[in-house]
Amino acid sequence: MASERPNQLFRNGSAKIAAIPMIVTALFVFVGGTVWTVVYSFTKSGLLPRLNWVGLDQYERLWATRKWLVAIENLVIYGFCMLVLVFVIGFVLAALLDQKIRFENTVRTIILYPYALSFVVTGLVWQWILNPEFGVESIVRGWGWESFSFDPLYNADIAIYGVLIAGLWQGSGLVMVLMLAGLRGIDQEVWKAARVDGIPTWKTYIFIVIPMMRPVFITTLVLVVTGIVKLYDLIVAQTGGGPGIATEVPAKYVYDMMFQANNLGQGFAASTMMLVTVALIVIPWAILEFGGSKNRG
Amino acid sequence: MTLTSKLLAVTALVAASGASATELEVMHWWTSGGEAAAVNEFAEAFNATGNTWVDAAIAGGDGARAVMVSRLTGGDPMGAFQFNHGRQAEELIEAGLLRDITDIAEAEGWKDIVNPPSLLDSCTVDGRIYCAPVNIHSWQWLWLSHKAYEDAGVAVPTNWAEFVSAGPALAEAGKIPMAMGQQGWQQAGAFSVLIASLLPSEIYNSVYGDKDTDVAGGAEMAMVFKAAADAREMATKSTVQNWNDATALVIKGEAGGQIMGDWAQGEMAVAEVTAGEDYSCLPGLGTNPRLSTGGDAFYFPVLNDEAQTAAQTELARLMLAPETQVAFNLKKGSLPVRGDVDLAAANDCMAKGLALLEEGALLPDVNQLITPDTNEQLKTLFTEFFADASMTPEAAQEEFVKIIGSAD
Repeated sequence: MASERPNQLFRNGSAKIAAIPMIVTALFVFVGGTVWTVVYSFTKSGLLPRLNWVGLDQYERLWATRKWLVAIENLVIYGFCMLVLVFVIGFVLAALLDQKIRFENTVRTIILYPYALSFVVTGLVWQWILNPEFGVESIVRGWGWESFSFDPLYNADIAIYGVLIAGLWQGSGLVMVLMLAGLRGIDQEVWKAARVDGIPTWKTYIFIVIPMMRPVFITTLVLVVTGIVKLYDLIVAQTGGGPGIATEVPAKYVYDMMFQANNLGQGFAASTMMLVTVALIVIPWAILEFGGSKNRG
Repeated sequence: MTLTSKLLAVTALVAASGASATELEVMHWWTSGGEAAAVNEFAEAFNATGNTWVDAAIAGGDGARAVMVSRLTGGDPMGAFQFNHGRQAEELIEAGLLRDITDIAEAEGWKDIVNPPSLLDSCTVDGRIYCAPVNIHSWQWLWLSHKAYEDAGVAVPTNWAEFVSAGPALAEAGKIPMAMGQQGWQQAGAFSVLIASLLPSEIYNSVYGDKDTDVAGGAEMAMVFKAAADAREMATKSTVQNWNDATALVIKGEAGGQIMGDWAQGEMAVAEVTAGEDYSCLPGLGTNPRLSTGGDAFYFPVLNDEAQTAAQTELARLMLAPETQVAFNLKKGSLPVRGDVDLAAANDCMAKGLALLEEGALLPDVNQLITPDTNEQLKTLFTEFFADASMTPEAAQEEFVKIIGSAD
């Protein structure tokens, strides 16, 4: 026993040594940075970080601030709609492309293209498209439908959906491509067997193909969710958080607090809350996903 | 003490003029037409001393301040940078990042020439001077387009009440009664102008200075919130974002008027319109002629390089020199910080400002009284108020009292 243990540890020794700098950097930057931020969120740091403790004051103020509450509400609306719609649109597009159509490459490139644009460009483009004076509204009115009104970015109640449209336009292509790769990975024999059994195509998709594509779905889910949580540049480019505070999001609140209000403590408290939210979602999922497999295996 | 520091300063000056072209990076957010022309006056004067002005302009004060602060705290200081003096730089000074320029100030006798003295006080922390004030900016101006009122067939207003009552006539003529950029600082700024101009100075001072919540929640302030609601209604059709776009609406006669600081004057100058003929300006909204004296100042980070430190000294001295003061302020539309220069070329509006300055009808600037944190909260409140017509003045006042109550 004792003679075999060191073998385990030093197997691939050079690879492990090579990985040390990366491991140290990851621990120092990510874990260290996280702990530092959480610690300073309990202080009254202004422009510069300082250790003058104020307990939970920053958090009390945070949850009493309307801007923060609006930001959270927006993230929930945007996140939920984005998640559902981007998967539905992405999958449907992939399924349509999977019918061995002509010009598949061309169509795929066109749909994926928006993903190559940065959020800043996306935001500006959709700001113009949704502008009532020279966007969709004026075009439809030009066709003769005088009473047509479509100006989501100027109506505080629905402005976040205007942002959602831009987000969907940008993100759907990527989901489509991933799904298409997943679909291509399904053995043709499965389809043949389903056809022999006389199962309708839509049923085959939902009950056979989608469960088989689980790994692809998880990868896509991680990509989409991280994109949602860090939503910031799209907002800044498209609405600047307006009209009023109707499209504020948590990441923008953090930035505003840290760099405009010179109130680091408040910014740290807000980013800690973002971390807690993500942890609340990720930890149970990770336990289910990875903890369970040990029992099974 | 004075003699030694004078000698020191003189040595520094000699050293500076002896040194061959030292590059000094200067950061600021003066990027609109009038502003860029003004800052160029500084650059030229500085280059004439044999040094080199490396211009680092960043559009938008909010973003620029964030970059400046992160460079300073990150240990990569620039040669000099612009700030609105007041409480923004407090912490940087406490952290020892900024150079103490008391010796230059004493050698140049700033104490005797800077008028009003409150400008230098804002640069002073614990008796030491940390910044060079370069101009006086005041917020309390109403800019009116003569063309807009002619087209609507009403007389150009002479005070806030007339301005409000002329609103419907302008709207009928297809004009925007009041131009206002949809950015928090403009909206919060316009609101503080309403307080300063429609109410006695004591109220302005006790709200922003003493943070007195009874006054902030009182009946007089309720009146100002009603006035803000009037302004909101008049500005409904104004969908521009930037202040200079809003000013452009006034210049073109598409909008009746705009509440904006005297930097709007710079835009008027670039557009070559004449005060009194094409537009008029009402200090204190015509109701209560009185100006707040905020402004811009340059701060000098602590540098290790001796040649650059000497160049900083040269720049600081230069910025308050009479010739540069006149050249700069004429372009910028602001008032000079020294009372002893001759602004013969001043136009109608600047003359009004100079007269008020002489009279001493002055208020401290909001930035000198509240912290950036409170300022940010007020900005959020007023973007919300001006964007959402369903928010009542009463509800806004309640929020306002809360913010003032928690300010320090």
